Amino acid sequence: MNAYYLQILTVIGINIILAASLNLISGYTGQLSLGHATFMGIGAYSATLISIHLGLPFIISLIIGGVVAAIFGFIIGVPTLRLKGDYLAIATLGFGEIMKNINLNLKITGGPMGLRGIPQATNIYIVIAAVVLTIFAINRIINSRVGKSFIAIREDELAAEAMGINTTHYKILSFVIGAFFAGIAGGLYAFFFRYIHPSNFGFMKSIEILCMVVLGGMGNTYGAVLGAIIITVLPEFLRTVSPVISQYRMVFYGLLLVIMMIVRPQGILSQDFDFTLFNHGLLGYKKKKGGQIQ
Amino acid sequence: MTTATNLLEGQSLSMVFGGLSALDSVDINIKKGEVLSLIGPNGAGKTTLFNLLTGVYSPTRGKIRFKQRELRNMKPYDITKMGIARTFQNIRLFGNMTVLDNVTIGQHCRTKTGIFGAIFKTPSVRTEEKKTREKAMEVLKLVELDDVWDEKAKNLPYGKQRRLEMARALATDPELILLDEPAAGMNPQETNELIGLIDKLNDMGKTVLLIEHDMKLVMDISQRIMVLDYGKKIADGTPEEVRNDEKVIKAYLGDTHKGE
Ligand SMILES: Nc1ncnc2c1ncn2[C@@H]1O[C@H](COP(=O)(O)OP(=O)(O)OP(=O)(O)O)[C@@H](O)[C@H]1O
Ligand SMILES: [Mg+2]
Repeated sequence: MNAYYLQILTVIGINIILAASLNLISGYTGQLSLGHATFMGIGAYSATLISIHLGLPFIISLIIGGVVAAIFGFIIGVPTLRLKGDYLAIATLGFGEIMKNINLNLKITGGPMGLRGIPQATNIYIVIAAVVLTIFAINRIINSRVGKSFIAIREDELAAEAMGINTTHYKILSFVIGAFFAGIAGGLYAFFFRYIHPSNFGFMKSIEILCMVVLGGMGNTYGAVLGAIIITVLPEFLRTVSPVISQYRMVFYGLLLVIMMIVRPQGILSQDFDFTLFNHGLLGYKKKKGGQIQ
Repeated sequence: MTTATNLLEGQSLSMVFGGLSALDSVDINIKKGEVLSLIGPNGAGKTTLFNLLTGVYSPTRGKIRFKQRELRNMKPYDITKMGIARTFQNIRLFGNMTVLDNVTIGQHCRTKTGIFGAIFKTPSVRTEEKKTREKAMEVLKLVELDDVWDEKAKNLPYGKQRRLEMARALATDPELILLDEPAAGMNPQETNELIGLIDKLNDMGKTVLLIEHDMKLVMDISQRIMVLDYGKKIADGTPEEVRNDEKVIKAYLGDTHKGE
């Protein structure tokens, strides 16, 4: 396949992992995170540094990158998710700036030069496998006792507590899982582009991921997939139409968010949208079934 | 004064919000197996007492013991696990979830599937999920909502939402169930069915603490009634005693309060 299309497909895959994992935190658990790209960056830098300095194999480095991101997720989540209210949004915003400055100033991260010469290890098959595993794991979680607790927290935190759910525990768990997958996405990114820089994982990228989730539909995994595809492909398409437009990506994201809020706040695929519908050969909206009992 | 027959004991419970004293030195004892009603004019502090018993607030003063254990510093989810469940005066269902899932969540503290169990769906997880669904359907049958198990909770009519809240509370397997105005918004026929349901729960061995404004319901099913007024307990006795209590009559008919 043409290298250009292969690159777009790879980026789509990485963005799907990012969007689906943020959707777990914000769409399903109802906790607003404005720093998802920070965890992507932590995964990218850790996987790269581990691979370069310890000589560990790619896949192992990738997973360690995810684990390191998850550990940072835990460190940020514990103090902020105990509180009721949007403290997570503020904390993730600040944390993103802190990480960016750390990466810009540390020697080991290459400072403002970034890290170059990362071996090419990510290929399209690995990306596809990672996407499938991520979607599979998130779907399993969502349909389990754990995922239902996440959704209950989003629906009514006080009632969830009255039903015996340790809400702090589950909010942190959701955030840590989301950070883990973002870290994996970061590792894939680093070993594909072979160059990483703090600005790749800044606030702009976080907003881009949030846009994918909001556009596709909060609380619907396939919505996040669709959002990731659209937000990846559209700017590429626009670039071929008019190079000027692509310089105004952020304006485009801002407009998109505002328009979605007005026209279809539930996203393209709402929570109720059920993927099994494709089996019926029509793309419409149908009531979702809650279990296997007749 | 700890006696084995008291399932729950609250001693001189006070709750102050800012400058407002919502509860003032209230004692409450709930005997195992009884239906105790809590009545009083609007703003008397009934819901506040529920919030203290379920750990939503910790009392400004006073102690609560449930099954001989003090509830100090316990979180609502710990208390639910110990065996106290509640419904809310302003219905608080998980609106976008199905009826069945609402009740499934009620069993959260009696089940244990964790994150890895969820992803790998081991045989023991499958068994637990199956049991949870079956139990949820059983509870739904009890409140006669089994035919709408796959509806979204927020799409149910009001009376059914109230019953779903009861089902969800029952699913936690409580010894003591606190019902906050379960008949509010129900028509007379629904209220009659509710009386039957509460009787059934009581026959099953559940201890019931009930807040209710519907006097017919209260007089019908309570073994004992406790009356609050302006955060103070003004009466505590059998329906007969309370009905003829002068302070109660004054609280309900006095010109500062709206009669119920
Ligand atoms: N969280 C709170 N903050 C401040 N004041 C509160 C709070 N909760 C309750 N109150 C006040 O405490 C008093 C008792 O309220 P509560 O809800 O317990 O009354 P109630 O007996 O349940 O009344 P109703 O029959 O109207 O439900 C009221 O004056 C109320 O405004
Ligand atoms: Mg009340």
